[in-house]
Amino acid sequence: MSAAPAPGAAAKAPADDVARPVGAHKWTPYVLLTPGMLWLGVFFVVPTVMLVKMSLSSGTAFSGDGSFTFSRSALQWSNYGDAWTKYVIDTPIFQKSLIYALIATTLTLVIAYPLAYTIAFKSGRWKNFLLVLVIAPFFTSFLLRTNAWQTILVDSGPVVTFMENIGLLDFLHTVTNIPDSWPSWAQIFPDGITDPNRVLATPLAVIVGLAYNFLPFMTLPLYASLERIDIRFIEAATDLYSSAWTAFRKVTFPLSLPGVVAGTLLTFIPAAGDPVNAALLGSASDAMMGNAIDAQFKSTGNYPLAAALSALLMFVIVAMVSVYVRRAGTEELV
Amino acid sequence: MSEQTPTTLAASTSTGGGADLHIVDVTKRFASFKAVDDLTLTIPAGSFFALLGPSGCGKTTTLRMVAGLEEPSAGRIVIGSEDVTHLKPYKRPVNTVFQSYALFPHLDIFENVAFGPRRSKNKDVRNEVEAILELVELSTFARRKPSQLSGGQQQRVAVARALINKPEVLLLDEPLGALDLKLRRQMQIELKRIQTDVGITFVHVTHDQEEAMTMADTIAVMNAGRIEQMGAPMELYENPVTTFVANFLGQSNLIKGELTGKSGGDALLEVQGQRMAMPTERVHSERDEVWVGVRPEKMQISRAGTLTDGENAVTGVVTDASYIGVSTQYLVDLPWGQEVGVFAQNLSTEGPLSTGDNVVLHWNPAHTFALDATQDADAGAEKVEGDE
Amino acid sequence: MSTITIDERRAQALAELPPYREPGILARGSRWVRAHIIQFCAAGALLFMFIPVVIVVIFSFNLPDGKYNYVWAQFSTSAWVNVWSNTQITDSLTISIEIALISTLVATVLGTLIAFAIGRHNFRGRGGTNLLIFMPMATPEVVMGSSLLTLFVLAGQEGSLGGLTITIAHIMFCISFVVVTVKARIAGLDSRLEQAAMDLYADEKTTFAKVTFPLVLPGIVAAAMLAFSLSFDDFVITNFTSGQTVTFPMYIWGAAGRGIPPEANVVGAIMFGLALIVVLVPEIVRGVRKSRA
Repeated sequence: MSAAPAPGAAAKAPADDVARPVGAHKWTPYVLLTPGMLWLGVFFVVPTVMLVKMSLSSGTAFSGDGSFTFSRSALQWSNYGDAWTKYVIDTPIFQKSLIYALIATTLTLVIAYPLAYTIAFKSGRWKNFLLVLVIAPFFTSFLLRTNAWQTILVDSGPVVTFMENIGLLDFLHTVTNIPDSWPSWAQIFPDGITDPNRVLATPLAVIVGLAYNFLPFMTLPLYASLERIDIRFIEAATDLYSSAWTAFRKVTFPLSLPGVVAGTLLTFIPAAGDPVNAALLGSASDAMMGNAIDAQFKSTGNYPLAAALSALLMFVIVAMVSVYVRRAGTEELV
Repeated sequence: MSEQTPTTLAASTSTGGGADLHIVDVTKRFASFKAVDDLTLTIPAGSFFALLGPSGCGKTTTLRMVAGLEEPSAGRIVIGSEDVTHLKPYKRPVNTVFQSYALFPHLDIFENVAFGPRRSKNKDVRNEVEAILELVELSTFARRKPSQLSGGQQQRVAVARALINKPEVLLLDEPLGALDLKLRRQMQIELKRIQTDVGITFVHVTHDQEEAMTMADTIAVMNAGRIEQMGAPMELYENPVTTFVANFLGQSNLIKGELTGKSGGDALLEVQGQRMAMPTERVHSERDEVWVGVRPEKMQISRAGTLTDGENAVTGVVTDASYIGVSTQYLVDLPWGQEVGVFAQNLSTEGPLSTGDNVVLHWNPAHTFALDATQDADAGAEKVEGDE
Repeated sequence: MSTITIDERRAQALAELPPYREPGILARGSRWVRAHIIQFCAAGALLFMFIPVVIVVIFSFNLPDGKYNYVWAQFSTSAWVNVWSNTQITDSLTISIEIALISTLVATVLGTLIAFAIGRHNFRGRGGTNLLIFMPMATPEVVMGSSLLTLFVLAGQEGSLGGLTITIAHIMFCISFVVVTVKARIAGLDSRLEQAAMDLYADEKTTFAKVTFPLVLPGIVAAAMLAFSLSFDDFVITNFTSGQTVTFPMYIWGAAGRGIPPEANVVGAIMFGLALIVVLVPEIVRGVRKSRA
């Protein structure tokens, strides 16, 4: 690769102090990066820009000549106006998506945390095996798995009957029922989060499905973060505080915060835009943003409106995430 | 350890024992920090050479420059007659035993040791590998992975992996640091034995002065990128030329004094009002203001009033007496407020002296050394928390 | 001084204590539960994760009464026999596998190169690069799918949506996951091993081939496996960029309205079994090797 410099040549120290791996030149990283980053640039960055451009265009896909007009002097902000009216005010699909995703993320966090904790601290030689178990369901088609919930939550099936009998469904139905008198944009759960005698085709089924689908995305970052905690901190905490719960609240949980942040982000963001759970487990009125965008693209062909919806979803998520990450205080996510 | 002599190695060492290593005016700068400052030294072929100094003194950097893992900012490195300053590590007749052993985790012991020989496309490395594994007594571990070996065993593999290549110079970067005391002592003897048998030049970097003195023929004490003193262990210990060396090797008592004249082969001193004498060749100061140095074990401690003709002496009061069995360590307060240490072998049948006793400390003038008084009296001394 | 002995004093003290009653089964049981409550919750979580999978497998042996395979009717292996002749399934499976293989190959190569760049070099723009890598992982698939569809439409390529566009999309979102996986492995690499190799007469190329690459390889393999499963199972982005092409997840989606046949469950069960084998076999081998050593 490089021959020895001419004898007697003055020794040249590398330009920066940072130790460079063997055989590397100054331009090595850039050469390595280029192919992949080019791909991401062309097929991620550029499309996002195109999306925004489309959201400010006009035209439809299925009628006329199927072309779209974009003029810099006549940006079609009306698409955003349409989106706002249709999907925020008239039918609060936007809010629904965010709230469904929020509830699902919380549920996932509560379910995943003990699992991650057990694998990190209480699994001994089964650790690798348990990790495999967490990832294993991943390998069955998630559509099939989500669909299986139709069997689990089938009307009058054992699970639903049990929930009915302990009064859970009644309770949830009455507590979360949004009164009809409330404005249209607040009608997140027009008939409550669940029906008193069925779960399928209600928001609850969708939320359970969402929570289920993203469980590995929550468990693994949580596990990675917990694993790094020196167990002596936890031992010291249980020694200092009177109850295990206080020790957890004051020491363990804060130390696991980077994992919590990573896990909640990797769950909430995809969940907010997911169309599959709502389509397979919910009713027509449980549609989420993902379904709306899909419908606008596929059925209606109103690409500009669909693009505006997509962009709106993206912007809101980015805003929420920035606030969240800044408050949680962790920046290193990758 | 086995009694076998590695005739295969020693007999086939081409240059018959290694080559002289010359480090000439070498400087290494990292940004604004000079790790090695204008260093010049020659390490004779076939010797066991120790680079001794505290962490951060530049000894490891020097070693890495000889290995080729760092490039000097200035200066030359010559092995035998070959200028290797700008040669890549894989072109130098030098091998390194790393502090962390750096054994390849994905290869078994056999392949680790065979790594060097295999680079010369030598298909038949089997005999050589087996021979050297026998030398370090690890033949039965040939097919194990490094993670399955103990620290001491890994260390021996690292030595074997380097030695099998018959380098002209073998570099050892604090190889014994991770071992426990007993194992370390064992390995010190073992490495010394290997070096004597094989006759390769060993350059051993360490911060442990006992280790250096045990193993090395020649020691260079390094501090802040420079060599303070170089020579045989005894020479460095008995006759240090700087306060750093005096304090780094063992302990020293340094008392302020002044050169007042000469008499025959002796230099005359005035030390806090006392007259003393010492051999002229042990004065290492251009100035008259000196630190008069004497090691704690060279001082004899006797009750006040004992005759001390022909010896240098000071009086004092015992402030601490620690009986250790073999010896008693005393701390003695001298009249001008300085506290010195004395290591006394327990030869008296009466038992040690007690705190508060008035004593006289006396020693053979030939054990005195004098150092430049502008040097820091605490240089090289071990710092204990809260000693200020 | 009292003349009472120690033994007498002890007997006296014991007598004054309330009688010791061994805690009953219920009390001991509840205490054990409370001590292991975390493990219970974890077991619950695992159950929650696996029950749907179990159902998929079980219902592959079902012979549904009507179109829909939600209620158990009767045991039958006919689905396992018929699945091979169901062309809709086999065609979509083949397409899914082809796309996954190509996407995995390209994404793994591109992603590994990036991982080496980020993980071993300090260069200007490193932070921005990290951000760009992270973004596809943090973007909802709907948004990425719509963007890509928009790109292809505005580029006039709407007619050629199909296997190629799907592959392009899959490569795009797999790269980030590959980078993260390989980078983690590179981070654990000890640079002194490479120095040792050079010290032992290996030049830069040989060092990379004999030391660096073998040590990073497990990470690359893991990344490839991850990319394969992400690509194979992807639905949302695929749906936007597929045109008329039907991958396996798309087939299931299409069938969901009409009733998913148990043959699809068969495929799901086989996939799960294969994946378990692929992941568990190295673990078992390692365990056997360890006990033998």
